Amino acid sequence: MAYSVTTQTPASRIAAIAGVVLIGVLIMLPFFAGRGTIQDMFFILTMLVLAQFWNLLAGYGGLVSIGQQAFVGMGAYALFGVVILWGMDPVPAILCAGVAALVIAVPTAFFAFRLNGAYFAIGTWVIAEVVRLLVAQWKALGGGTGTSLPRDATRDMWFVSTIEDALGLRSAAARDVLAYWLALVLALATIGGIYWLLRTRRGLALAAVRDNTEAAKSVGVDADRMKWIVFLTSAFGTGLAGGLIYMQKARISPDAAFSVTDWTAYVIFIVVIGGIGTIEGPIVGVLVFFALQTLLADFGSWYLMTLGVLAIVVMLVAPRGLWGLLSERTGLHLFPIRRRLTGGKLTSSKE
Amino acid sequence: MIWVDTIIQGILLGGLYALFASGLSLVFGIMRLVNLAHGDLIVMGAYLILLLVTILGVSPFLAALIAMPVMFCLGWALQKFLLNLTLGDDILPPLLVTFGLSIALQNALLETFSADSQRLPTNALTTASVQVGPISLGVMPLLTFGSAVLVIVALNQLFYRTELGRAFRATSDDPTTASLMGIKPANIFATATGIAFVIVTIAALYLGLRANFDPSIGPARLVYAFQAVIIGGLGSLWGTLLGGIIIGVAQTLGAAINPEWQILAGHVAFLLVLLVRPRGLFPRAND
Repeated sequence: MAYSVTTQTPASRIAAIAGVVLIGVLIMLPFFAGRGTIQDMFFILTMLVLAQFWNLLAGYGGLVSIGQQAFVGMGAYALFGVVILWGMDPVPAILCAGVAALVIAVPTAFFAFRLNGAYFAIGTWVIAEVVRLLVAQWKALGGGTGTSLPRDATRDMWFVSTIEDALGLRSAAARDVLAYWLALVLALATIGGIYWLLRTRRGLALAAVRDNTEAAKSVGVDADRMKWIVFLTSAFGTGLAGGLIYMQKARISPDAAFSVTDWTAYVIFIVVIGGIGTIEGPIVGVLVFFALQTLLADFGSWYLMTLGVLAIVVMLVAPRGLWGLLSERTGLHLFPIRRRLTGGKLTSSKE
Repeated sequence: MIWVDTIIQGILLGGLYALFASGLSLVFGIMRLVNLAHGDLIVMGAYLILLLVTILGVSPFLAALIAMPVMFCLGWALQKFLLNLTLGDDILPPLLVTFGLSIALQNALLETFSADSQRLPTNALTTASVQVGPISLGVMPLLTFGSAVLVIVALNQLFYRTELGRAFRATSDDPTTASLMGIKPANIFATATGIAFVIVTIAALYLGLRANFDPSIGPARLVYAFQAVIIGGLGSLWGTLLGGIIIGVAQTLGAAINPEWQILAGHVAFLLVLLVRPRGLFPRAND
């Protein structure tokens, strides 16, 4: 009898084909879309990356962090640091952003892992505040008021002149296109990477730790090591996103780069509303978030109030978010990670 | 002499932080719930007192007294109808719901009262000071510290001397068995949050009397409160007072060296304690 273990479903095969088409369209987008669309898409993609990494932390690792702004801000400041102080090109400097976030993630984890549950959450926040206050003392990068990327660094950035020529754009628009493509690469790598991770042995261990830490330990899963892996991975990715976001903005200040609202509250709402603990959830969430922002942009604080209330309602009524509602009703999984037995015939054992 | 003065100011400031923290500590002790909206609730309390002062023309102290039963009912209802729904084995729902509440509340306050900073009206009493030897102590900081000690004494009495306190402790230890003895955990939790809201009102009174406040300052108050609770050790109210004092002293010392270091010094003190004593100075319960 030929049995095989598979995670594929018919829906996931259709989704994979549709995904390839969608990726193709997204790659070609700068050739037919205006600058406004490209900037909106850049925002959506970078928020999606932040949301995926927070989801990896909280949804899969059970580590509810409200200090993600530490890694966004640190990544952004590292990018500005190596560009301004060492004269590095901003594009490769994005990697430095990820590394810098990884470097501060180690002491952060060391302190925060001493705290449990909710106290872990506030602990990460305190550390983010410490990093913000320290960075605000860094006079070479403008101290508390912040600084801008030097004009020649942004003008001579890698690939920019090629994009200018190929698409016939001016320098500023070409930079947006470059940032958009980099964000697209980062978002695809993030989703692909997380999906890959969840399907490996480590991913299985992670799911086991999430569902029941004690039971997972008893079958030999090193729960503490899984926490470290998840925390450091997510810090690195969040740092990359932070570097990229501020490369596009080209202007930084400690209050903006370490904003708990922009880089953590929004991200939490995206994941909670979309559906925590799934890869599809943040994708749905970021689209809902963008739609709400576009609709309610003129209402200022009403917008954030609505988001807060919506998150409360979703958490109480549908703890698995909008995607959870949909997939419960239809059994639909675009990124299936559940291993299923197929092929052969199930026979009762008569021996 | 200036250092002694700085340290005493720091200790008195610690009283304010202990007031911020007591409500948090109480709720955590009974139902293992960390309310991320705690700081914003303090700010809301300050606006409520300000509103009463403006409308009724009474002194802030009387206004706080009127606000207390209102806040108790708010806390009771919040716990009964919202937060009780989130309690369970999963830590995500209470965290995310109170975080959503924090953001919603901040922006509701911003929409209602604008971003202008406000202050409760002060009178001669609030600006007076007493001379102890060479050191001059503000009446207001002394009053704050005294209130913090009173609140903690009162809470301890409540816990260990009353029937309600017994119900609190029983529910904290084991809600299922407690409910077999005729206690309704849902109502006990609601009452506990109500009491926490009364303490929030007291904290709000001193917050508003001592400094300016605006809708955005809530999260920072939550952080100080949280640090005081962790330093003191979860579940120990006197530890919370000591934790508040440590944060207060660290902040005033930091500020005395360089004004930019005030907040940073408090955070560093917290991290140092966490490094040396991960479970706080007086750990009690094994949470």
